[in-house]
Amino acid sequence: MSITLTLIGQSIAFFVFVWICMKAIWPPITEAMAARQKQIADGLAAAERASLDLELAQKRATDELKDAKAEAAALVEEARQRAAQMVEEAKEDARAEGAKLLEAARADIEREVNRARETLRKDVAVLAVAGAEKVLGQAVDAGAHAALLDDLAKQL
Amino acid sequence: MASGGPLTAEGYIQHHLTNLVYGQFNEGHARAQAGCQEHCVAVGDWGFAQTAEEASQMGFMAINVDTMGWSLVLGLIFLFIFGRAAKQATTGVPSGLLNFVETIVDFIDDLVRSTFQHSGNALVAPMALTIFVWVFFMNLMDLIPVDWIPFVAEHYLHIPFMKVVPSTDPNITLGMAFGVFMLIVYYSILKKGAWGFFSELAFHPFPKWMFPVNLILEGVNLIAKPVSLGLRLFGNLYAGEMIFILIALMYGGLVMSVAGGVLQLAWALFHVLVITLQAFIFMVLSVVYLNQAHDVMEEH
Repeated sequence: MSITLTLIGQSIAFFVFVWICMKAIWPPITEAMAARQKQIADGLAAAERASLDLELAQKRATDELKDAKAEAAALVEEARQRAAQMVEEAKEDARAEGAKLLEAARADIEREVNRARETLRKDVAVLAVAGAEKVLGQAVDAGAHAALLDDLAKQL
Repeated sequence: MASGGPLTAEGYIQHHLTNLVYGQFNEGHARAQAGCQEHCVAVGDWGFAQTAEEASQMGFMAINVDTMGWSLVLGLIFLFIFGRAAKQATTGVPSGLLNFVETIVDFIDDLVRSTFQHSGNALVAPMALTIFVWVFFMNLMDLIPVDWIPFVAEHYLHIPFMKVVPSTDPNITLGMAFGVFMLIVYYSILKKGAWGFFSELAFHPFPKWMFPVNLILEGVNLIAKPVSLGLRLFGNLYAGEMIFILIALMYGGLVMSVAGGVLQLAWALFHVLVITLQAFIFMVLSVVYLNQAHDVMEEH
Protein backbone atom coordinates (compact mmCIF):
# COMPACT_ATOMS: atom_id res chain seq x y z
CA MET A 1 0.00 0.00 0.00
CA SER A 2 3.00 2.29 -0.17
CA ILE A 3 3.48 4.90 -2.84
CA THR A 4 5.59 3.42 -5.62
CA LEU A 5 6.54 3.91 -9.25
CA THR A 6 3.01 2.81 -10.06
CA LEU A 7 1.92 6.38 -9.41
CA ILE A 8 4.24 7.70 -12.09
CA GLY A 9 3.19 4.91 -14.45
CA GLN A 10 -0.46 5.70 -13.96
CA SER A 11 0.18 9.41 -14.55
CA ILE A 12 1.95 8.63 -17.82
CA ALA A 13 -0.84 6.28 -18.86
CA PHE A 14 -3.34 9.00 -17.97
CA PHE A 15 -1.67 11.50 -20.27
CA VAL A 16 -1.31 8.99 -23.09
CA PHE A 17 -4.96 7.92 -22.92
CA VAL A 18 -6.23 11.49 -22.66
CA TRP A 19 -4.05 12.46 -25.62
CA ILE A 20 -5.31 9.54 -27.74
CA CYS A 21 -8.88 10.36 -26.79
CA MET A 22 -8.35 14.01 -27.67
CA LYS A 23 -6.75 13.23 -31.04
CA ALA A 24 -8.59 10.17 -32.33
CA ILE A 25 -11.85 9.68 -30.47
CA TRP A 26 -13.46 12.91 -29.36
CA PRO A 27 -13.28 14.96 -32.58
CA PRO A 28 -14.77 12.44 -35.05
CA ILE A 29 -17.66 11.58 -32.74
CA THR A 30 -18.57 15.14 -31.82
CA GLU A 31 -18.13 16.31 -35.41
CA ALA A 32 -20.40 13.55 -36.68
CA MET A 33 -22.96 14.45 -34.03
CA ALA A 34 -22.83 18.14 -34.87
CA ALA A 35 -23.05 17.41 -38.60
CA ARG A 36 -26.03 15.12 -38.06
CA GLN A 37 -27.73 17.72 -35.92
CA LYS A 38 -27.24 20.30 -38.64
CA GLN A 39 -28.50 17.88 -41.26
CA ILE A 40 -31.65 17.22 -39.28
CA ALA A 41 -32.19 20.92 -38.66
CA ASP A 42 -31.72 21.64 -42.38
CA GLY A 43 -34.09 18.83 -43.25
CA LEU A 44 -36.76 20.17 -40.94
CA ALA A 45 -36.32 23.69 -42.29
CA ALA A 46 -36.54 22.37 -45.86
CA ALA A 47 -39.69 20.44 -45.03
CA GLU A 48 -41.26 23.54 -43.53
CA ARG A 49 -40.27 25.58 -46.56
CA ALA A 50 -41.67 22.90 -48.86
CA SER A 51 -45.00 22.85 -47.08
CA LEU A 52 -45.14 26.64 -47.30
CA ASP A 53 -44.31 26.44 -51.00
CA LEU A 54 -47.01 23.85 -51.46
CA GLU A 55 -49.56 26.08 -49.78
CA LEU A 56 -48.57 28.99 -52.01
CA ALA A 57 -48.69 26.83 -55.12
CA GLN A 58 -52.13 25.55 -54.18
CA LYS A 59 -53.36 29.08 -53.69
CA ARG A 60 -51.90 30.11 -57.02
CA ALA A 61 -53.45 27.12 -58.74
CA THR A 62 -56.85 27.98 -57.28
CA ASP A 63 -56.50 31.58 -58.42
CA GLU A 64 -55.47 30.54 -61.88
CA LEU A 65 -58.34 28.10 -62.14
CA LYS A 66 -60.74 30.85 -61.13
CA ASP A 67 -59.25 33.20 -63.74
CA ALA A 68 -59.45 30.53 -66.40
CA LYS A 69 -63.07 29.85 -65.59
CA ALA A 70 -63.92 33.51 -65.76
CA GLU A 71 -62.11 33.86 -69.06
CA ALA A 72 -63.83 30.82 -70.49
CA ALA A 73 -67.19 32.20 -69.42
CA ALA A 74 -66.36 35.51 -71.07
CA LEU A 75 -65.30 33.76 -74.26
CA VAL A 76 -68.47 31.72 -74.37
CA GLU A 77 -70.56 34.83 -73.80
CA GLU A 78 -68.74 36.67 -76.56
CA ALA A 79 -69.17 33.75 -78.93
CA ARG A 80 -72.85 33.60 -78.17
CA GLN A 81 -73.24 37.31 -78.85
CA ARG A 82 -71.23 36.97 -82.01
CA ALA A 83 -73.38 34.10 -83.21
CA ALA A 84 -76.57 36.02 -82.48
CA GLN A 85 -75.17 39.00 -84.31
CA MET A 86 -74.21 36.86 -87.29
CA VAL A 87 -77.66 35.32 -87.43
CA GLU A 88 -79.16 38.80 -87.24
CA GLU A 89 -76.92 40.03 -90.07
CA ALA A 90 -77.76 37.02 -92.18
CA LYS A 91 -81.44 37.63 -91.64
CA GLU A 92 -80.99 41.28 -92.59
CA ASP A 93 -79.08 40.32 -95.75
CA ALA A 94 -81.67 37.77 -96.70
CA ARG A 95 -84.45 40.28 -96.22
CA ALA A 96 -82.62 42.87 -98.33
CA GLU A 97 -81.93 40.32 -101.04
CA GLY A 98 -85.52 39.22 -101.03
CA ALA A 99 -86.68 42.84 -101.35
CA LYS A 100 -84.26 43.41 -104.18
CA LEU A 101 -85.44 40.33 -106.01
CA LEU A 102 -89.04 41.35 -105.51
CA GLU A 103 -88.29 44.80 -106.85
CA ALA A 104 -86.61 43.31 -109.94
CA ALA A 105 -89.52 40.97 -110.49
CA ARG A 106 -91.94 43.85 -110.19
CA ALA A 107 -89.95 45.90 -112.72
CA ASP A 108 -89.94 42.98 -115.14
CA ILE A 109 -93.66 42.63 -114.83
CA GLU A 110 -94.13 46.38 -115.41
CA ARG A 111 -91.95 46.19 -118.45
CA GLU A 112 -93.87 43.20 -119.78
CA VAL A 113 -97.15 44.99 -119.14
CA ASN A 114 -95.94 48.11 -120.96
CA ARG A 115 -94.74 46.11 -123.87
CA ALA A 116 -98.03 44.25 -124.05
CA ARG A 117 -99.86 47.58 -123.84
CA GLU A 118 -97.72 48.99 -126.66
CA THR A 119 -98.39 45.96 -128.81
CA LEU A 120 -102.01 46.13 -127.95
CA ARG A 121 -102.10 49.84 -128.91
CA LYS A 122 -100.59 49.11 -132.29
CA ASP A 123 -102.98 46.27 -132.76
CA VAL A 124 -105.90 48.50 -131.81
CA ALA A 125 -104.93 51.06 -134.46
CA VAL A 126 -104.70 48.40 -137.09
CA LEU A 127 -107.92 46.80 -135.94
CA ALA A 128 -109.62 50.20 -135.86
CA VAL A 129 -108.49 50.94 -139.39
CA ALA A 130 -109.58 47.52 -140.56
CA GLY A 131 -112.93 47.96 -138.80
CA ALA A 132 -113.41 51.37 -140.30
CA GLU A 133 -112.55 50.06 -143.80
CA LYS A 134 -115.05 47.35 -143.31
CA VAL A 135 -117.63 49.93 -142.21
CA LEU A 136 -116.88 52.41 -144.94
CA GLY A 137 -116.16 49.93 -147.61
CA GLN A 138 -113.19 51.63 -148.77
CA ALA A 139 -109.68 52.03 -147.87
CA VAL A 140 -108.85 54.53 -145.45
CA ASP A 141 -105.76 56.42 -146.09
CA ALA A 142 -103.81 55.73 -143.03
CA GLY A 143 -101.61 58.66 -143.70
CA ALA A 144 -104.58 60.99 -143.90
CA HIS A 145 -106.00 59.82 -140.68
CA ALA A 146 -102.81 59.32 -138.87
CA ALA A 147 -103.57 62.12 -136.54
CA LEU A 148 -106.90 60.63 -135.72
CA LEU A 149 -105.51 57.19 -135.21
CA ASP A 150 -102.73 58.41 -132.91
CA ASP A 151 -105.28 60.22 -130.93
CA LEU A 152 -107.28 57.04 -130.61
CA ALA A 153 -104.28 55.05 -129.67
CA LYS A 154 -103.46 57.57 -126.96
CA GLN A 155 -106.86 57.25 -125.45
CA LEU A 156 -106.41 53.53 -125.01
CA MET B 1 -3.59 -18.76 -0.36
CA ALA B 2 -0.18 -17.36 -0.80
CA SER B 3 1.85 -19.28 1.69
CA GLY B 4 -0.27 -22.40 1.65
CA GLY B 5 -0.72 -22.10 5.39
CA PRO B 6 -4.01 -22.57 7.22
CA LEU B 7 -6.69 -20.20 6.01
CA THR B 8 -7.41 -17.60 8.64
CA ALA B 9 -9.63 -14.56 8.32
CA GLU B 10 -6.64 -12.32 8.81
CA GLY B 11 -4.60 -14.14 6.21
CA TYR B 12 -7.47 -14.07 3.76
CA ILE B 13 -7.94 -10.33 4.14
CA GLN B 14 -4.20 -9.69 4.06
CA HIS B 15 -3.91 -11.73 0.89
CA HIS B 16 -6.64 -9.81 -0.81
CA LEU B 17 -5.06 -6.50 0.07
CA THR B 18 -1.58 -7.34 -1.19
CA ASN B 19 -0.46 -6.23 -4.60
CA LEU B 20 1.57 -8.25 -7.03
CA VAL B 21 4.73 -6.16 -6.80
CA TYR B 22 7.66 -6.14 -9.19
CA GLY B 23 10.51 -4.16 -7.70
CA GLN B 24 14.09 -3.79 -6.63
CA PHE B 25 15.43 -5.87 -3.74
CA ASN B 26 17.56 -4.03 -1.18
CA GLU B 27 19.61 -4.94 1.85
CA GLY B 28 16.55 -5.28 4.05
CA HIS B 29 15.20 -8.30 2.17
CA ALA B 30 15.68 -11.71 3.78
CA ARG B 31 16.32 -13.31 0.40
CA ALA B 32 19.09 -10.81 -0.33
CA GLN B 33 20.96 -11.47 2.91
CA ALA B 34 23.86 -13.83 3.56
CA GLY B 35 21.88 -16.60 5.27
CA CYS B 36 19.50 -17.07 2.34
CA GLN B 37 18.56 -20.70 1.58
CA GLU B 38 16.38 -20.69 -1.55
CA HIS B 39 15.15 -18.27 -4.24
CA CYS B 40 18.04 -16.02 -3.34
CA VAL B 41 18.50 -12.64 -5.01
CA ALA B 42 21.30 -10.10 -5.07
CA VAL B 43 20.88 -6.62 -3.69
CA GLY B 44 19.75 -4.35 -6.53
CA ASP B 45 18.07 -7.17 -8.46
CA TRP B 46 14.56 -6.66 -9.79
CA GLY B 47 11.94 -9.32 -9.24
CA PHE B 48 8.50 -10.17 -7.94
CA ALA B 49 7.91 -9.92 -4.20
CA GLN B 50 6.74 -13.23 -2.78
CA THR B 51 5.21 -11.86 0.41
CA ALA B 52 3.49 -8.69 1.52
CA GLU B 53 6.47 -7.94 3.73
CA GLU B 54 8.88 -8.15 0.81
CA ALA B 55 6.64 -5.91 -1.21
CA SER B 56 6.55 -3.20 1.43
CA GLN B 57 10.34 -3.40 1.90
CA MET B 58 10.89 -2.52 -1.74
CA GLY B 59 9.85 1.04 -1.09
CA PHE B 60 9.35 3.42 -3.98
CA MET B 61 11.24 1.45 -6.62
CA ALA B 62 8.45 -0.99 -7.32
CA ILE B 63 5.49 -1.38 -9.60
CA ASN B 64 2.15 -2.86 -8.64
CA VAL B 65 1.92 -5.07 -11.70
CA ASP B 66 -1.64 -6.19 -11.02
CA THR B 67 -3.38 -2.86 -10.53
CA MET B 68 -1.20 -1.12 -13.11
CA GLY B 69 -1.84 -3.92 -15.59
CA TRP B 70 -5.60 -3.97 -15.03
CA SER B 71 -5.65 -0.19 -15.24
CA LEU B 72 -3.92 -0.29 -18.63
CA VAL B 73 -6.14 -3.12 -19.87
CA LEU B 74 -9.28 -1.22 -18.85
CA GLY B 75 -7.95 1.98 -20.41
CA LEU B 76 -7.27 0.09 -23.63
CA ILE B 77 -10.78 -1.38 -23.54
CA PHE B 78 -12.08 2.17 -23.27
CA LEU B 79 -9.95 3.29 -26.21
CA PHE B 80 -10.97 0.23 -28.22
CA ILE B 81 -14.72 0.66 -27.72
CA PHE B 82 -14.73 4.40 -28.28
CA GLY B 83 -12.16 4.18 -31.07
CA ARG B 84 -14.38 1.74 -32.94
CA ALA B 85 -17.31 4.08 -32.49
CA ALA B 86 -15.18 6.99 -33.71
CA LYS B 87 -14.30 5.00 -36.82
CA GLN B 88 -17.98 4.25 -37.44
CA ALA B 89 -18.98 7.84 -36.75
CA THR B 90 -21.36 8.91 -39.48
CA THR B 91 -23.86 11.65 -40.04
CA GLY B 92 -26.37 9.01 -41.11
CA VAL B 93 -28.39 6.73 -38.89
CA PRO B 94 -26.12 5.67 -36.00
CA SER B 95 -25.70 1.98 -35.20
CA GLY B 96 -26.05 0.40 -31.77
CA LEU B 97 -22.49 0.94 -30.56
CA LEU B 98 -22.32 4.45 -31.94
CA ASN B 99 -25.64 5.26 -30.29
CA PHE B 100 -24.35 4.08 -26.94
CA VAL B 101 -21.07 5.96 -27.28
CA GLU B 102 -22.81 9.11 -28.49
CA THR B 103 -25.09 9.07 -25.47
CA ILE B 104 -22.06 9.14 -23.19
CA VAL B 105 -20.19 11.69 -25.30
CA ASP B 106 -23.24 13.93 -25.39
CA PHE B 107 -23.66 13.64 -21.63
CA ILE B 108 -20.02 14.57 -21.04
CA ASP B 109 -20.18 17.34 -23.63
CA ASP B 110 -23.21 18.94 -21.97
CA LEU B 111 -21.63 18.68 -18.57
CA VAL B 112 -18.33 20.19 -19.67
CA ARG B 113 -20.16 22.98 -21.48
CA SER B 114 -22.04 23.92 -18.35
CA THR B 115 -19.09 23.50 -15.97
CA PHE B 116 -16.15 24.73 -18.01
CA GLN B 117 -16.76 28.34 -18.96
CA HIS B 118 -13.68 29.05 -21.02
CA SER B 119 -13.79 28.38 -24.73
CA GLY B 120 -10.97 27.18 -26.89
CA ASN B 121 -9.69 24.29 -24.80
CA ALA B 122 -9.84 21.10 -26.82
CA LEU B 123 -8.45 18.97 -23.99
CA VAL B 124 -10.96 19.28 -21.19
CA ALA B 125 -13.90 17.44 -22.74
CA PRO B 126 -11.89 14.42 -23.99
CA MET B 127 -10.11 14.37 -20.64
CA ALA B 128 -13.45 14.27 -18.84
CA LEU B 129 -14.62 11.45 -21.10
CA THR B 130 -11.43 9.48 -20.53
CA ILE B 131 -11.58 9.96 -16.76
CA PHE B 132 -15.27 9.08 -16.48
CA VAL B 133 -15.20 5.91 -18.54
CA TRP B 134 -11.80 4.74 -17.37
CA VAL B 135 -12.53 5.26 -13.68
CA PHE B 136 -15.96 3.69 -14.15
CA PHE B 137 -14.35 0.61 -15.71
CA MET B 138 -11.77 0.43 -12.92
CA ASN B 139 -14.51 0.69 -10.30
CA LEU B 140 -16.61 -1.85 -12.15
CA MET B 141 -13.96 -4.48 -11.44
CA ASP B 142 -15.16 -4.24 -7.85
CA LEU B 143 -18.40 -5.97 -8.84
CA ILE B 144 -16.58 -9.09 -9.99
CA PRO B 145 -16.79 -11.51 -7.04
CA VAL B 146 -13.66 -10.94 -4.98
CA ASP B 147 -12.22 -14.45 -5.30
CA TRP B 148 -12.72 -15.21 -8.98
CA ILE B 149 -9.71 -13.63 -10.60
CA PRO B 150 -7.28 -14.10 -7.66
CA PHE B 151 -8.29 -17.79 -7.51
CA VAL B 152 -7.64 -18.35 -11.19
CA ALA B 153 -4.39 -16.42 -10.97
CA GLU B 154 -3.15 -18.39 -7.99
CA HIS B 155 -4.17 -21.90 -8.94
CA TYR B 156 -3.78 -21.88 -12.72
CA LEU B 157 -1.27 -19.12 -13.42
CA HIS B 158 0.74 -19.40 -10.18
CA ILE B 159 0.60 -15.70 -9.50
CA PRO B 160 0.62 -15.26 -5.70
CA PHE B 161 -1.27 -11.97 -5.49
CA MET B 162 -3.82 -10.34 -7.69
CA LYS B 163 -5.64 -7.15 -6.82
CA VAL B 164 -8.09 -6.60 -9.64
CA VAL B 165 -9.66 -3.25 -8.74
CA PRO B 166 -7.17 -0.57 -9.79
CA SER B 167 -9.03 2.17 -7.96
CA THR B 168 -8.44 0.41 -4.62
CA ASP B 169 -4.75 1.13 -5.10
CA PRO B 170 -3.84 4.67 -3.95
CA ASN B 171 -1.02 4.69 -6.49
CA ILE B 172 -3.54 4.50 -9.31
CA THR B 173 -6.00 7.05 -7.98
CA LEU B 174 -3.30 9.47 -6.86
CA GLY B 175 -1.51 8.89 -10.16
CA MET B 176 -4.55 10.07 -12.07
CA ALA B 177 -5.06 12.94 -9.63
CA PHE B 178 -1.40 13.87 -10.12
CA GLY B 179 -2.00 13.94 -13.87
CA VAL B 180 -4.92 16.31 -13.32
CA PHE B 181 -2.77 18.38 -10.96
CA MET B 182 -0.09 18.76 -13.61
CA LEU B 183 -2.73 19.97 -16.05
CA ILE B 184 -3.96 22.45 -13.44
CA VAL B 185 -0.46 23.85 -12.97
CA TYR B 186 0.19 23.86 -16.72
CA TYR B 187 -2.96 25.76 -17.60
CA SER B 188 -2.59 28.12 -14.62
CA ILE B 189 0.84 29.16 -15.86
CA LEU B 190 -0.31 29.22 -19.48
CA LYS B 191 -3.27 31.49 -18.77
CA LYS B 192 -1.91 33.72 -16.03
CA GLY B 193 1.82 33.53 -16.60
CA ALA B 194 4.21 32.29 -13.95
CA TRP B 195 4.00 35.58 -12.05
CA GLY B 196 0.23 35.67 -12.30
CA PHE B 197 -0.01 32.17 -10.92
CA PHE B 198 2.37 33.00 -8.10
CA SER B 199 0.58 36.22 -7.21
CA GLU B 200 -2.70 34.35 -7.11
CA LEU B 201 -1.15 32.07 -4.52
CA ALA B 202 0.73 34.78 -2.60
CA PHE B 203 -1.47 37.90 -2.57
CA HIS B 204 -4.76 36.37 -1.77
CA PRO B 205 -6.88 36.28 0.41
CA PHE B 206 -4.94 38.60 2.78
CA PRO B 207 -3.10 41.83 1.82
CA LYS B 208 0.27 41.57 0.13
CA TRP B 209 2.38 42.11 3.26
CA MET B 210 0.99 38.87 4.67
CA PHE B 211 2.13 36.88 1.69
CA PRO B 212 3.78 34.03 3.64
CA VAL B 213 0.44 33.25 5.26
CA ASN B 214 -1.29 33.52 1.91
CA LEU B 215 1.27 31.24 0.33
CA ILE B 216 0.73 28.58 2.98
CA LEU B 217 -3.05 28.84 2.79
CA GLU B 218 -3.25 28.82 -0.97
CA GLY B 219 -0.49 26.23 -1.26
CA VAL B 220 -2.41 23.85 0.97
CA ASN B 221 -5.52 24.65 -1.01
CA LEU B 222 -3.73 23.80 -4.25
CA ILE B 223 -2.15 20.58 -2.96
CA ALA B 224 -5.43 19.52 -1.38
CA LYS B 225 -7.05 19.35 -4.81
CA PRO B 226 -5.20 16.34 -6.22
CA VAL B 227 -4.84 14.68 -2.83
CA SER B 228 -8.55 14.87 -2.05
CA LEU B 229 -9.37 13.85 -5.61
CA GLY B 230 -7.23 10.73 -5.42
CA LEU B 231 -7.96 9.78 -1.84
CA ARG B 232 -11.73 10.20 -2.18
CA LEU B 233 -11.86 7.67 -5.00
CA PHE B 234 -9.41 5.36 -3.26
CA GLY B 235 -11.22 5.55 0.08
CA ASN B 236 -14.65 4.82 -1.36
CA LEU B 237 -13.52 1.92 -3.46
CA TYR B 238 -11.20 0.51 -0.81
CA ALA B 239 -14.01 0.55 1.72
CA GLY B 240 -16.35 -1.08 -0.79
CA GLU B 241 -13.82 -3.77 -1.61
CA MET B 242 -13.19 -4.34 2.09
CA ILE B 243 -16.88 -4.93 2.72
CA PHE B 244 -17.02 -7.42 -0.14
CA ILE B 245 -14.06 -9.24 1.41
CA LEU B 246 -15.68 -9.25 4.83
CA ILE B 247 -18.94 -10.55 3.38
CA ALA B 248 -16.98 -13.24 1.56
CA LEU B 249 -15.63 -14.33 4.92
CA MET B 250 -19.14 -15.21 6.06
CA TYR B 251 -19.48 -18.18 3.70
CA GLY B 252 -19.54 -21.60 5.37
CA GLY B 253 -22.55 -23.03 7.16
CA LEU B 254 -26.03 -22.82 5.59
CA VAL B 255 -27.46 -19.85 7.48
CA MET B 256 -24.37 -17.73 7.19
CA SER B 257 -23.94 -18.56 3.51
CA VAL B 258 -27.51 -17.50 2.70
CA ALA B 259 -27.11 -14.35 4.77
CA GLY B 260 -23.78 -13.70 3.07
CA GLY B 261 -25.32 -14.17 -0.37
CA VAL B 262 -28.15 -11.75 0.40
CA LEU B 263 -25.74 -9.20 1.85
CA GLN B 264 -23.40 -9.49 -1.09
CA LEU B 265 -26.22 -8.93 -3.54
CA ALA B 266 -27.49 -5.94 -1.57
CA TRP B 267 -24.05 -4.40 -1.28
CA ALA B 268 -23.31 -5.01 -4.96
CA LEU B 269 -26.54 -3.27 -5.96
CA PHE B 270 -25.71 -0.34 -3.73
CA HIS B 271 -22.18 -0.35 -5.04
CA VAL B 272 -23.40 0.12 -8.61
CA LEU B 273 -24.45 3.55 -7.45
CA VAL B 274 -21.17 4.20 -5.64
CA ILE B 275 -18.90 3.29 -8.54
CA THR B 276 -20.84 5.44 -11.01
CA LEU B 277 -21.02 8.32 -8.58
CA GLN B 278 -17.32 8.19 -7.76
CA ALA B 279 -16.36 8.12 -11.45
CA PHE B 280 -18.69 11.08 -11.99
CA ILE B 281 -17.29 13.03 -9.01
CA PHE B 282 -13.70 12.46 -10.12
CA MET B 283 -14.55 13.75 -13.58
CA VAL B 284 -16.60 16.76 -12.48
CA LEU B 285 -14.00 17.88 -9.96
CA SER B 286 -11.24 17.57 -12.54
CA VAL B 287 -13.22 19.80 -14.89
CA VAL B 288 -13.98 22.27 -12.10
CA TYR B 289 -10.33 22.46 -11.08
CA LEU B 290 -9.27 23.06 -14.67
CA ASN B 291 -11.93 25.73 -14.97
CA GLN B 292 -10.48 27.44 -11.90
CA ALA B 293 -7.02 27.15 -13.43
CA HIS B 294 -8.33 29.13 -16.43
CA ASP B 295 -9.91 31.84 -14.29
CA VAL B 296 -7.76 34.94 -14.38
CA MET B 297 -8.31 36.71 -11.06
CA GLU B 298 -8.67 40.46 -10.95
CA GLU B 299 -5.95 42.28 -9.02
CA HIS B 300 -6.32 42.47 -5.24
